[in-house]
Amino acid sequence: MMRRLWITLTYIVFGLLLIAPLIKIFTGSWADGWDGFIQGITRPQSLHALMMTGIIVVVVTALNTIFGIMLAMYLVRAEWIGKKLKRLLNSLVDLPFAVSPVIGGLMIVLILGPNTIIGTMFEDAGFKIVYALPGMILATLFVTFPLMVREVMPVLQEIGAQQEEAASTLGAYSWYTFWKVTWPSIRWGVIYGVVLTVARSLGEFGAVLVVSGNIMNKTQTATTLVYQDVENFNVVAANGVALVLAAFSVGLLLLMEWAKKRKEVH
Amino acid sequence: MNALFRGKGWSFGFRSAIMLYFVILIVLPIFGIYTQSFSLGWTPFWESISDPLAWKAVLLTVKLAVIATVLNMFLGTMIGWVLIRYRFPGRRFLNSLVDLPFALPTAVGGLMILLLLGPNSLVGGLAQKIGIEIVFHEPAIVVAMLFVTFPFVIRAIQPLLEEMDKSEEEAAYTLGATRTKTFFSVIFPTMLPGILSGAMLAFSRGVAEFGAVVLVAGNIPGKTLIASVYIFGEIESSNPQGAAAVSVLLLTLSFLILWTVNLIQGRRGGQ
Repeated sequence: MMRRLWITLTYIVFGLLLIAPLIKIFTGSWADGWDGFIQGITRPQSLHALMMTGIIVVVVTALNTIFGIMLAMYLVRAEWIGKKLKRLLNSLVDLPFAVSPVIGGLMIVLILGPNTIIGTMFEDAGFKIVYALPGMILATLFVTFPLMVREVMPVLQEIGAQQEEAASTLGAYSWYTFWKVTWPSIRWGVIYGVVLTVARSLGEFGAVLVVSGNIMNKTQTATTLVYQDVENFNVVAANGVALVLAAFSVGLLLLMEWAKKRKEVH
Repeated sequence: MNALFRGKGWSFGFRSAIMLYFVILIVLPIFGIYTQSFSLGWTPFWESISDPLAWKAVLLTVKLAVIATVLNMFLGTMIGWVLIRYRFPGRRFLNSLVDLPFALPTAVGGLMILLLLGPNSLVGGLAQKIGIEIVFHEPAIVVAMLFVTFPFVIRAIQPLLEEMDKSEEEAAYTLGATRTKTFFSVIFPTMLPGILSGAMLAFSRGVAEFGAVVLVAGNIPGKTLIASVYIFGEIESSNPQGAAAVSVLLLTLSFLILWTVNLIQGRRGGQ
């Protein structure tokens, strides 16, 4: 009796909070029919925005994966970092989770913006950071920073260093040890981390909005375009782009499920 | 010998590169924001945060985030429990759906809420008839915060429930405890650390949320303007010092929360 009540309530919450909005975005983008939807996403600014988002996702995911794995290995294994320093660094990793994305963007503008020393230096060298792609990549890197580290660290802690030590005692080179011993155990953690990073960089909004200046056909990404369309009361067009993003997210969600299952097996 | 030396040189360079990346990307910006907010001294800092619009925005954010967090604690506990303990059709589907708010761009989340509850929608129209305003008012902000923080509590209590020793629960039944009594004296204490740390994370995410809220809040200063949108406005109107001052306020709050979560989790790990 109670059981049925709880299950029904769960279904109601899911229906109202998650399923109904998802359906609404699908139906909403067809409000003006197929043509309205196609027009919404084939506008030059939509195509450009989707391309910008694509570039950011690829660059950020690649950098965050490499640096994230390396940093996780150092934070777990390195003997050249003192214990106290390690603990401090370890707690600093979570910082971006606690920082509002808008503040994350503001920090980059404050340090590298056109009115700062570093910003002016780069600009004189003909390299724009803020209100350009490099700043947007930096902002997204900041926001996604903990995702990979936090996926890989627990796995490394769990498997311990014995196998790796054995391999290097037996004379294996460090790269060889990494590929043959460490990589197979952290693999699924890394893949899960990649999916999370892609999802986060695809959807990043606040930090990118502040850093990019949201200039149409230049620094506008898919999410900031949705925002601008809504502000301009162009809801159907916003819906089209939002639907593309939502479809990607649902795909990523399926990947997440798959990676999670594999992660648990290993 | 030569090869060894070269190897060491490489690894030194590698280590420095990774650490430098860490410091430049994470540590330096935080310092930057604290120094910027005090860049003109104490008085302007104090003026920035004592601006009624500023502290009203911060208070409103905290108030609405608390409401969303409390709702989340109840819903999250119930859903986490149902998804682990009961077997019913669609359970696995719902369980995967929990992470949707993490996978979905927050701006899309905001747009969905706007479409679903806006004045032209079924729900929004009904609510308006009985005199409740949702979109561009406080309820919509709470809904947006609830949406983006939905997974935290559920994901925090699920592992605890899975690990839980069933024998304790059975012992309680054998000793004649009622279902309610067993729940509150055996099961609930096991879930509590998860509920608390999940709630803390949800709260700090709620306070920081921007994308979903900015689209549904209407952003009327002093009424529905929350802190992160206020900061955005200050940046747009070229007042980085004022933006930094309010940011420092929010950041300090978030750090305290993160630190508390670490304490809770650390204590659990120690037991």
